[in-house]
Amino acid sequence: MPEPRVPHSNLPPPTSTTGVVGWLRRSLFSSPLNAVLTLLAVYLLYVTLPPLLRWAFLDAAWSGEDREACRSGGACWVFIRVHLDQFLYGFYPDEQRWRVNAAVLLLILGAAPLFVRTVSSKFKVRLGLGLLIAYPLVAFVLLKGGMIGLPVVDTSQWGGLLLTLVIAGVGMTAALPLGVLLALGRRSRMPAIQTLCVTFIEFWRGVPLITVLFMSSVMLPLFLPAGMNFDKLLRALIGVTLFQGAYMAEVVRGGLQAIPKGQFEAAAALGLGYWKTMGLIVLPQALKLVIPGIVNTFIALFKDTSLVLIIGLFDLMNIVHNATTNPAWLGFSTEGYVFAATVYWLFCFSMSRYSQNLEKHLYTGHKR
Amino acid sequence: MNPLKTFTTVTILLLTASGAAHAGTTLDAIKKNGFIKCGVSDGLPGFSFAEKGNYNGIDVDVCRAVAAAVFGDPTKIKFTPLTAKERLTALQSGEIDVLSRNTTWTSSRDSAQGLNFTGVTYYDGQGFLVNKKLGIKSAKQLDGATVCVQAGTTTELNLSDYFRTNKMKLTPITYDKSDESAKSLEAGRCDVLTSDQSQLYAQRIKLAKPDEYIVLPEVISKEPLGPVVRHGDDDWFDIVKWTLFVMVNAEELGVNSKNVEEMKKSTNPDVKRLLGVEGDKGKDFGLANDWMAVVIKQVGNYGEIFERNVGQGSPLKIQRGLNALWNQGGLQYAPPVR
Repeated sequence: MPEPRVPHSNLPPPTSTTGVVGWLRRSLFSSPLNAVLTLLAVYLLYVTLPPLLRWAFLDAAWSGEDREACRSGGACWVFIRVHLDQFLYGFYPDEQRWRVNAAVLLLILGAAPLFVRTVSSKFKVRLGLGLLIAYPLVAFVLLKGGMIGLPVVDTSQWGGLLLTLVIAGVGMTAALPLGVLLALGRRSRMPAIQTLCVTFIEFWRGVPLITVLFMSSVMLPLFLPAGMNFDKLLRALIGVTLFQGAYMAEVVRGGLQAIPKGQFEAAAALGLGYWKTMGLIVLPQALKLVIPGIVNTFIALFKDTSLVLIIGLFDLMNIVHNATTNPAWLGFSTEGYVFAATVYWLFCFSMSRYSQNLEKHLYTGHKR
Repeated sequence: MNPLKTFTTVTILLLTASGAAHAGTTLDAIKKNGFIKCGVSDGLPGFSFAEKGNYNGIDVDVCRAVAAAVFGDPTKIKFTPLTAKERLTALQSGEIDVLSRNTTWTSSRDSAQGLNFTGVTYYDGQGFLVNKKLGIKSAKQLDGATVCVQAGTTTELNLSDYFRTNKMKLTPITYDKSDESAKSLEAGRCDVLTSDQSQLYAQRIKLAKPDEYIVLPEVISKEPLGPVVRHGDDDWFDIVKWTLFVMVNAEELGVNSKNVEEMKKSTNPDVKRLLGVEGDKGKDFGLANDWMAVVIKQVGNYGEIFERNVGQGSPLKIQRGLNALWNQGGLQYAPPVR
């Protein structure tokens, strides 16, 4: 008669695969090559990190009013603090800066419902379209003035982060619709429209943005009749929009190509016309597919705004550069550029996180 | 004709056409607008830089003086920051009325490019910055030196010319950014740093111990910097030119922004004419008779704007040198008001 089977009590897993030691073995020392690479990385961190931390935090000067406060050898964050207003608003007159704040606040308040999940999507669409049409006008009146009793603040006085956001904001909101139209045009069966769109896209994709800006600021004025000048900022905005519109068109076209023919046929079978097919069936799916591409273009656009420094517009980058030429603050360019880089990174990183979030939210099973 | 030539010709024709259309109307247009459109640098220590949302610097003050001359108010200006590449087009196309942006007066700019230099606000030239420890007193002692220089500039060309002329051996190290070259000098990677003198003083401040470095007395190139206007409007040219002359004359006659009211009682006929107390020299320019006094009162004489922006009153502490008055060993000389 066989003995009754008594199972052995569960043994703990070998110590080498659990806890900190196990994690270290698995992730950092799984093979001799990985072990060497890990040690090398640790050594590099050891060499670079302490001096960096010492420079940026421990030895850094935080308080004070002038360069005398920055004798410690560390980073001089006083330079940033003293110039912060200038970095944010550029040459916008002191007593008018509330207008910039109001414009930003208005955008945040107006757009907030769009980010709340419980708000109905019908309301969101209406609000979104309303914002898209009304906000630029309101913001323009607020920032530029000359109406409803606000004194005029010329665009040459706009600067710093304000200008960066204006260029990026206008570029993004105008480039996306333009890109969608161009992408549809490129896939159109009408030869005239198709040729026009292909030519446009290939032209703008074929020249560097820096050339576009340069042409708009150096060549254009020569061909206009004497005494006729149109705003430098406007020229830059048009250049950036057309340029990014062409890139956006190609991103959207990628999405359009991914939509199976059956969708078009189904729409046709339902008796939908061209615009309804596109607007109700194809584009919603296509745009959802290419969210990463769209956001990628947006991020590139945001960073490309810094190129306007070559046409003498004081965006965030250029205003920082300008502050480093103040004789009272010479020699603090590193701090200035670190600050600018941090601001750019914050904006781009939030855009990227938001797009991931959006993708997850719009996930409807097309992924495998 | 090749396409480039055709293009250039067309451009020049267009320029001439626009120049002609402007003739005699700059001042009228300015008065109609209510402000002067002035082109300045997008950032150069002491010459034009932004501080607390305002432009400052010697180039900026020249524009302020012109505004004071025309409107009696130095704030009636719209500044347009310009990069080195777009500055001349901006003036040619009428985007600005006057360019005050450390631009060197050269023959080609004065002729083919259709511009008029109205005078010299700052006599600059290429110089050398060295560590005092080397014990060098003159650039002639620099044989065999390692020199930090900015790549691809006329500075680099002047440097090698100077060393060849003086039969000295040269090891240049080229840099893209001025910040890098200052760091190199500090780290001892080069013995000498060369650049325009006005920039050397700015470079010196960036060093940890500025007092240990000196600027050698030799200047190896001529870089006269001054305000520029378009060809084709002589009245406007005269106003900008004489605004500068007035400031130089004021310094010579001892008139400054603080004592100008007092000096109006002076018995010196030169001072009386300058301040519009006697005669109607001011009216000849199509401006208020006392515009010269207004310029001095609101902006200052040449010495004041120099010291305030780049001289002893600023962190740069540049010596007057060539920019001292003619009767004090410098080159600043203005024709008399009479």
